[in-house]
Amino acid sequence: MNQVLGDRRAVALLLTPALLVYTLVMLVPMVWSLGYTAFRGNAISGFEYAGGENFATLVSDPAAREALLFTLRYAVVVTVGQVVAGYALSLLYVFALRRSSTAIRTLVFFPVVLPTVAVALLFQKLFEYAPQTGPVNAALLAVGLEPVDWLGSAGTSFVVIALMDVWRSMGFYAVLLYAGLIDIPDELIESARLDGASGWQLVRSIVVPLSFPVLVSALIFSINGTLKVFDSIYALTGGGPGAGTTPLTLLMYRTAFFYGDYGYGSTVALALTVLSLLVTVVIFRSYRRDVTRG
Amino acid sequence: MTTTLTPRTAAPTSAPGAAGRPSLARRLRRVPLAVLVTLLLVVMVYPLLWLFLGSFKTQQEFLNEPTWALPESFANVDNYAQAWSSTAGYLTNSVLAVLPALAAVIVLGTAAGYALEVMVWKGRASVLMIFLAGIMIPGQMILLPLFTVYFQLRLTDSLWPLILTYTAIGLPLTVFMMATYFRSIPREVFEAATLDGASAVRSFWSIGFPMMRGAVFTIALVQFFFLWNDLLIALTFTTQDDLRTVQVGLLNFTGQFGVVDYGPTFAAICINVVLVLVLYLFLNQRVMRGMAAGAVKG
Repeated sequence: MNQVLGDRRAVALLLTPALLVYTLVMLVPMVWSLGYTAFRGNAISGFEYAGGENFATLVSDPAAREALLFTLRYAVVVTVGQVVAGYALSLLYVFALRRSSTAIRTLVFFPVVLPTVAVALLFQKLFEYAPQTGPVNAALLAVGLEPVDWLGSAGTSFVVIALMDVWRSMGFYAVLLYAGLIDIPDELIESARLDGASGWQLVRSIVVPLSFPVLVSALIFSINGTLKVFDSIYALTGGGPGAGTTPLTLLMYRTAFFYGDYGYGSTVALALTVLSLLVTVVIFRSYRRDVTRG
Repeated sequence: MTTTLTPRTAAPTSAPGAAGRPSLARRLRRVPLAVLVTLLLVVMVYPLLWLFLGSFKTQQEFLNEPTWALPESFANVDNYAQAWSSTAGYLTNSVLAVLPALAAVIVLGTAAGYALEVMVWKGRASVLMIFLAGIMIPGQMILLPLFTVYFQLRLTDSLWPLILTYTAIGLPLTVFMMATYFRSIPREVFEAATLDGASAVRSFWSIGFPMMRGAVFTIALVQFFFLWNDLLIALTFTTQDDLRTVQVGLLNFTGQFGVVDYGPTFAAICINVVLVLVLYLFLNQRVMRGMAAGAVKG
């Protein structure tokens, strides 16, 4: 029997196509990209060896520093927003709405599957300042406040980006965390209630510790996604005004395709990859330490 | 929540045993909840409703009427006609790029999942780890070499770059989840098939794949939404206008550097949203479950 299920020809037949595509289109380019970091130029104009120049540029480039800071700020703010809003929603589903939460879950989840570009255009219009006043500014006017040129400065653009991305994705985190919450045995909650725990206290000392593993998953997932943010910012602000909302991903894209500098583009991409790995490892490590201690 | 912790002064309603008190208190307790849920509904629904209403407005209405006015007529479908004429081609491209990639991801991914989980051979754990690593790689990391290769192979004036890249990007998660699903099927099933004389490939096609129907469907949906909504890859590899996908095409509607035709823009966004909405409403439970299952592994 193990001869059949260990048949090498069958393994090769079933595995090779997937492995081949994956290797050729992901692994080889990945390594190739590392090679690019030692060159300047591009596919059309040709390449020239540059040694460690790109890494030196990366360290001293103010644009790279700004993009890194923006990426980190965005990742922290949006991750906290997504996970906190998602957790609040999941608590609402489980403890307040209970069985009647299906319709709300469906509705709040919906933006998750919407095309990012469509959502970004929608938000562009919602927060529009000129030539036409969008609903948000119209509302500000209606209550007697000054309308704001939301996408006109980096600071307010950041607010719109963060609001949009939290709006878009909180339903997803709500469902993810909801799945973790309904796994908590009812008896545990009941006995805590009988012991006099209620409301906030119940959440803090019973629910949060018990749903901690799934909270960490959500956190890792979210931070990985937010560090790689591209679509929503590209479609909403294009990285502007100026370079005020340019994350590393967009800096890489611009460097490579607008300025035709593949070498430096790859170096920025590598920095991003290392950053994602590092952050994931750090969160994972500190989580594991927590578990062994607790 | 309850008020047992706050000692309350006065308030005769809180006197224990007062007739009618539980129902009143309970009803009062529901008020903040109702407010919260209403607020949530408004926040989720209003932007989409506003989009829908806007898609029927004329340019005149956009410029002269307040932004929350209702459109004068819901029979004004000019916007849709105009949006459709420029979106239809993009839609075709999206379908032509996403569906073949999706089919390839599912067939190749399921076969690999079977080879990695059901079949027995040395080194399968490490191969699975290699696939898993792909989940972490940002798209930007593979963009440039792929662009170079596609350019040199003269594939850039076709949809092949999209199909190939989408297939590769979809594989890591699919392989990993398929392996996980195969783990939940009792091994005896495959051993019995083997005893009955089926070869490994045969028992994959006739037993494994059909048994995975539910998983295939779920993963296909998740990957579909993911690939359909992709911007980065499509933006990079579609150098000509007639190859653009819906997402890239939509960007053309924005007036970052010019005057916006509001109506058609709203209609184009609406077409995108409605297409996805229909699919989602049919399949929402499965989509939610699939996305959540995919996430925990990410």
